[in-house]
Amino acid sequence: MSDLLANDVITPDAGETPLLSLPDVSILKAAPMTRLSLRLRKAAIPAAGEAFGANLPVTPLGAEISAKRAALWMGPDEWTLLAPEDELQAVFDGIEAKLDGQPHSLTDISHRSEALIVSGPKASWLLNTGIFVDFSLEKFPVGTVTRTIFHKSPVMIWRTGEDTFVVEAWVSFMDYVAGILVESAQELAAA
Amino acid sequence: MSQPFRTEKGGRIDRGQQLTFTFDGEEMQGHKGDTLASALLANGVHLVGRSFKYHRPRGIVTAGSEEPNALVGVYRKGDQTPNLRATQVEVYQGLEAISQNRFPSLGFDVGAVNDLLSPLFPAGFYYKTFMWPKAFWDRVYEPVIRAAAGLGKPPKNPDHDTYGNIYAHCDVLVAGSGPAGLAAAVAAAETGAKVILCDEQAEFGGSLLSDENATIDGKPPAEWVRDTIVKLQGMDNVTLLSRTTAFGYFAHNYIALAERVTEHVSDPDPKLPRERLWQVRAKEVVIASGAIERPMVFPENDRPGILLADAGRTYLNRYGVKVGNKVLIATACDTAWQAAFDLADHGVDVVAIADLRETPPENLVAIAQARGIRVEAGCVVTGTLGRKRVKAALLGRLMTSGQVASAGQVACDAILMSGGWTPTVSLYSQSRGKVVWDETVGAYVPGKSVQHERSAGAAKGLYGLQATLEDGYAAGEAAAKAAIGKEAKVTYAAASGGEAGQGAVLGALPHDRNASRVKAFVDYQNDVTAKDIKLAAREGMQSIEHIKRYTTTGMATDQGRLSNMNALSIASGALEKPIVDVGLTTFRLPYTPTTFGLFAGVARGDHFDPVRKTPSHDWVVANGGVYEDVGQWKRTWYFPKSGEDMHAAVARECATVRESVGLFDASTLGKIEVVGPDAAEFLERMYTNPWKKLAPGRCRYGLMLNDAGFIVDDGVIGRLADDRFHVTTTTGGAPSVFATMEDYLQTEWPDLDVWITSTTEQYAVAAVQGPKAREVIAPFIEGIDLSADPFPHMSVKEGTFCGVPCRLFRISFTGELGFEINVPRRHGKMTWETLAGEIEKHNGTAYGTETMHVLRAEKGYIIVGQDTDGTVTPQDAGMSWAIGKKKHDFVGKRGLERPDLVAENRKQFVGLLTKDPKVKLEEGAQITVAQNPATGTPAEGHVTSSYYSPAMGRTIALAIVKNGHALHGKSLYVPMPDGSIEVEVTSPIFFDKEGARLNV
Repeated sequence: MSDLLANDVITPDAGETPLLSLPDVSILKAAPMTRLSLRLRKAAIPAAGEAFGANLPVTPLGAEISAKRAALWMGPDEWTLLAPEDELQAVFDGIEAKLDGQPHSLTDISHRSEALIVSGPKASWLLNTGIFVDFSLEKFPVGTVTRTIFHKSPVMIWRTGEDTFVVEAWVSFMDYVAGILVESAQELAAA
Repeated sequence: MSQPFRTEKGGRIDRGQQLTFTFDGEEMQGHKGDTLASALLANGVHLVGRSFKYHRPRGIVTAGSEEPNALVGVYRKGDQTPNLRATQVEVYQGLEAISQNRFPSLGFDVGAVNDLLSPLFPAGFYYKTFMWPKAFWDRVYEPVIRAAAGLGKPPKNPDHDTYGNIYAHCDVLVAGSGPAGLAAAVAAAETGAKVILCDEQAEFGGSLLSDENATIDGKPPAEWVRDTIVKLQGMDNVTLLSRTTAFGYFAHNYIALAERVTEHVSDPDPKLPRERLWQVRAKEVVIASGAIERPMVFPENDRPGILLADAGRTYLNRYGVKVGNKVLIATACDTAWQAAFDLADHGVDVVAIADLRETPPENLVAIAQARGIRVEAGCVVTGTLGRKRVKAALLGRLMTSGQVASAGQVACDAILMSGGWTPTVSLYSQSRGKVVWDETVGAYVPGKSVQHERSAGAAKGLYGLQATLEDGYAAGEAAAKAAIGKEAKVTYAAASGGEAGQGAVLGALPHDRNASRVKAFVDYQNDVTAKDIKLAAREGMQSIEHIKRYTTTGMATDQGRLSNMNALSIASGALEKPIVDVGLTTFRLPYTPTTFGLFAGVARGDHFDPVRKTPSHDWVVANGGVYEDVGQWKRTWYFPKSGEDMHAAVARECATVRESVGLFDASTLGKIEVVGPDAAEFLERMYTNPWKKLAPGRCRYGLMLNDAGFIVDDGVIGRLADDRFHVTTTTGGAPSVFATMEDYLQTEWPDLDVWITSTTEQYAVAAVQGPKAREVIAPFIEGIDLSADPFPHMSVKEGTFCGVPCRLFRISFTGELGFEINVPRRHGKMTWETLAGEIEKHNGTAYGTETMHVLRAEKGYIIVGQDTDGTVTPQDAGMSWAIGKKKHDFVGKRGLERPDLVAENRKQFVGLLTKDPKVKLEEGAQITVAQNPATGTPAEGHVTSSYYSPAMGRTIALAIVKNGHALHGKSLYVPMPDGSIEVEVTSPIFFDKEGARLNV
């Protein structure tokens, strides 16, 4: 997990056994965290970043990280904000207070999705069994985040290290996503 | 018998590794490196199948994936895969293969009677069966054709293999690893471009593996291949894929490859997939698919033992197998002469070279004479003898008059033929490219590139080893330059030998036989003869597209790669049109037959589609709930207690909710959080109802229309704050409602300061419904006064449930006092189990979707999609009250003013009560005015919902009926197979019409 950025936000769920543990790739469930969907107009971007504690990235597919905060670019006017689970109310109230009077939408989506941490030299190969994105480092450098499709499920992919990816899916899709990832990795264990 | 046709030495097989396999149960030996075809030939087996239509004995014709005859079944793990080409099946220890399309055996096949009856099966006979006599179709033609059609037997068991999938991106994809492909891969790889090189065969090298005479950089071709592959293997930017067929070329340089991962292994690790689908996005593609040799169309050219000349050479040089002991070469092209020389050098008796040309090249004639091979120039094969194996050929001399004079008979046990070469343009054609006729090549070659691709070498009609290599290098350089803008200096390898062959022939060859009695095959696999194509032309088919469908020529698994050019030439002669005016059919994917498993991949069983579960799932399973699938969701249908059937369980659940309390999982309902200063304005535009005056803390039922004015969704919407609404949608409508809203926001009203966020999965929802609902939830709720005055029907407040934050709605889809508790999803399980325990104390019950349906039907609440069908307006549904009359506009407002939507006689939503209260109507049943309407009478409407209602002590139904609102109290009929059912039209609200039970 050494190359995992923002490892104070995305942490393996302590109580869970790994879903997959092979020499070349492992899958861990991430612990619950605060997730907020923030929508606003351009003018409010600096203030929102200040209130949150991490700048809102304006480069498409970008992410900005600071201590216990990550802001992920989801669209020209949309960000997913990550913070530790127990800071939900404080973060929410802080942004609302700062943006009072500026049109915006801040919505709690902490429970909407779950995250997996897929890491190892074969991590990008494993994701490519179901995702058509080019995960070469030139095209998808560390820090890149995108929403895409894994087989038939919408997912969000965030590369937090050369060999480490956060894979998020809506909770009811996670059995499907995790199940296929584990199934597709089986050939790596072949003799 | 131990491989009598194996050469003493040579070939690329591993003579040290002997493998045992069976064909039709007979045990034989082969070597590692053999294909099933080469191993069978080594054992002297040519007869490998029966033809499709006439059941003629057939043998191996080619050494590649275009093989038309040698289709076999292979047993593996207790089941059979049919229609594999023996030329592609690699021999492994214990391989079990069978022949196809024969009964009772390959040697004696009763279907062969079709060959004698062939006058009854002319070209287009299938279409002719449509014409006369009509009565024959059902009882004769269809059963017979169905029984006779198809090759091989489908496997019986579920597929025991797994199939992988991988998406890949590259700068340059090279399809084919012959001289052009290898050169292209090397040139592209040297620039640093990401290269994928794939080849359908087990080994890279293509034609180079069959050539023992030429040299490249002074080395034998196979050695140069080995060195080149070693070099490519050492480069990080190169992916080498053998046993991998580029079978589909789609838009935007998206190429599909089929990699056969374990098919060639005797006992593969079950963790490995059988095959892997590569979905590649390539910036540039080099098509180096080579060329294949053309059969010659002479009478009885389909006997076992008659092969393409180059195939004979490949079996000899690559596999160390002699196709026969006495071989006749029949050719119109120089390249077949080399096959003759190679065979002679391996001690095979080449009985003659019959060259169609009057004057074959002198140098070749000289070499032949030096080896003592008889040369017949201006000579054609006019027929062959031998049933299960060719035993002699009839020769004919071409006269200047165009006639053919008999030139005697020559005994032989194999004939190698060559009508010249046809470039393989399949992938180019799949890329939407249009081939052009090249007179000098005598073939169709790739024309302009439509996508980012280029053909190289023989695939574009360029022959000769040196020229092919150079073209390959150039293509690789050009592709890399186009892909990444870089160039590299590559030293081109220099070849000697492997010169391009001259000479070719197209179409049916002349002969001195009775034309009406002989069969000269054009398409072996589909049993199409030269005669069939001429007949099709005589019967009016003008275009090759029509001739193809009428005769089925070119419709076999090789898509006409072997047969097209001969068919075109024959059609051209019959139609008296130049060949280019006859047209050419389009090659389509897949390039070679591809398994269904490859396309299905992981999409099977539980992973066919996401199975979405709610937080109550484990509890429901533990408590015996029965699920129904609602889209991707698992929803509980009903909760039977021991001994209860569905009817009893639902009746009990319904009664319990009305008497005390019920618990229902409503988590699947769509939820959208609409936030921003313009939130109310936005909803005002999206829904028919008014929203601006709805106070925070209150809810309203919302109705959504499409532009046409028809109901598309509904749900309760709660206002949490001035700028924040909690919208609910139907379970099935959630994604489309969200998409519609986002569409309007982005394209119509980008000026509105409002944003939507899906919160469907943020909240788990437990609905507690019934007179005791308040008592059930009260112990767990904090921060909300539940009494009716501060918290009336249609309210929403935020508080806590067992200490976790909740949004509590007081709403009802049952007509009873009801609450819906929304908690963050991770607390859903706790919430459900807490409530399930609590309702026990009140003699309550958990209930499922069926009870929910009955309870809402008793109240006349519609279910969008069940009681509406996309043609129902709010007025039709009796819901004009949901339309904000003073509103300036909303989606569907103008649609509602269309003349046909305000016309009389629209179908309207009503209740139906059967005269006999025990009779339950069928949902979907038609409704008529007359008791026994004449056939063809249009229906007045149909039953949309029908249930037994415990509260009413009888059956009830909902329906849409023409002018239904004016028909209350009138009788109509529901005609059914066992008699017409009389019904009375009523209000759709059956129970508690005043709504007194809601407001307690």
